[in-house]
Amino acid sequence: MKYVLLISDDETRSPSNEEMDADPVHQAWEADLKRRGAERLGVRLRPVASATTVRVRDGETLVSDGPFAETKDFVGGVVLIECADLDEAIAIAAGHSYARWGGVEIRPVWE
Amino acid sequence: MTADAATVRAAVDAAYRDEWGQVVAVLIGLTRDWDLAEDCAQEAFATALTAWRRDGVPDRPGAWLTTTARRRATDRLRRDAAGRAKLRQLAVLAREPDESAAEEIPDERLRLIFTCCHPALPFEARVALTLRTLAGLSTAEIARAFLTAETTMAQRIVRAKRKIADAGIPYRVPPAELLPERLASVLAVLYLIFNEGYGEHDASRALTAEAIHLARVLARLLPDEPEPRGLLALMLLHEARRATRVDDGVLVPLERQDRSRWDRALIDEGVAVLDDALALRRGGPYQVQAAIAACHATAPGPEGTDWPQIAALYAELARLAPSPVVELNRAVAVAMADGIPAGLALVDELTASGRLDGYHLLPATRADLLRRDGHTAEARAAYEEALRLAPSEPDRRYLTGRLNAL
Repeated sequence: MKYVLLISDDETRSPSNEEMDADPVHQAWEADLKRRGAERLGVRLRPVASATTVRVRDGETLVSDGPFAETKDFVGGVVLIECADLDEAIAIAAGHSYARWGGVEIRPVWE
Repeated sequence: MTADAATVRAAVDAAYRDEWGQVVAVLIGLTRDWDLAEDCAQEAFATALTAWRRDGVPDRPGAWLTTTARRRATDRLRRDAAGRAKLRQLAVLAREPDESAAEEIPDERLRLIFTCCHPALPFEARVALTLRTLAGLSTAEIARAFLTAETTMAQRIVRAKRKIADAGIPYRVPPAELLPERLASVLAVLYLIFNEGYGEHDASRALTAEAIHLARVLARLLPDEPEPRGLLALMLLHEARRATRVDDGVLVPLERQDRSRWDRALIDEGVAVLDDALALRRGGPYQVQAAIAACHATAPGPEGTDWPQIAALYAELARLAPSPVVELNRAVAVAMADGIPAGLALVDELTASGRLDGYHLLPATRADLLRRDGHTAEARAAYEEALRLAPSEPDRRYLTGRLNAL
């Protein structure tokens, strides 16, 4: 099964990439992903202040500043994994450092 | 060797109760298709009605039903190309089952129950799916039991099955490291089914009986886990007192229940099951609750009850599974063990904390303690408050009776 992990939080912590790389929890997560051979794609997103949303209504393109929906938590990273089942995806998601203060949404890929 | 209609009907009914979950579980295991599994199980039971009249009731009805359902599934899959492709993948299904073989089919229900109770499903859906696929209740029956529209219930079950397939919820017994968390979900589902039936004030035993049946299966399939037995014991001990809980539509409190009408056989079994659980020496909230229920069920009367022991058990329960309702029950036990002022002090603490605001049993408990201690005016005010909050008619009738007797 393929799943996308949406790594989310409210951006109050916002560690830099260097801080993330130095975080032992994040290192353990990376090592776990490698051991499982699960990661297909992984990207970190810039904070939501840099987001732009596009909608087309009645043929008119509407561009707005900010994310698609105003919520408490924002997607800060996207990881595509391939693993056996939802239980393995849960195990992987639970190991991500953001799971401790934000949350990780698991979405099965529609194939 | 023909059999008469009544014998066959009884045999099919018994098999439905005992084997439905197993037949469905085996078929899901083979096909991974929940709807196909249910349809084929249904057809196998329908076929049994005529086949068993003609040929007699088989020695092992469960094996007969599983084999028949499995053949149905194979036939249905052969009908179209997609099914035939699936059959080739499922080599095990394509193999012709051998009815005469003594090969025992392992009990597959454990995989099914853990999948039905997976935490990625909404709790209500876990309950509905368990009753549908394991206990074999119809969607209409489940909807009636939960006072929900049948279409709503049907949709809930369809969505849950779809999520199992789409999200890749595995069909398996969870590995050891996940077992405690996952087992807690299964136990909570079974206990909710039991309580839903227990709260019924009519004579229908359907849901409590289903919950007890499923708890028996679970306890047998997980012999090294103490909590399923603790839950089974708790259900048996509650069920033993069920007939005496309500009299003529009025709730009867424990101390006034007619103990001669408690079901001794269920109490003895409950105590024996609890002893087996405790022998495993790993405590848990269901075992503690069963121990409390056992104290009540085996006491000769309210005075002969071991209240210090019950108070200690509630303290243990509050440690294992903290909740303000447990604290309230502990307060009652403390009042009985150490005197009413000690219990009232705990109730007042709870009231001040605001954690049980709006819960009618808080003022009702306070009223009972005040009445016993001779504070009639305060008791009256507390009963009146409880009456305003009471959710059900039997509760209100009981409180009105108390108020009038002051």
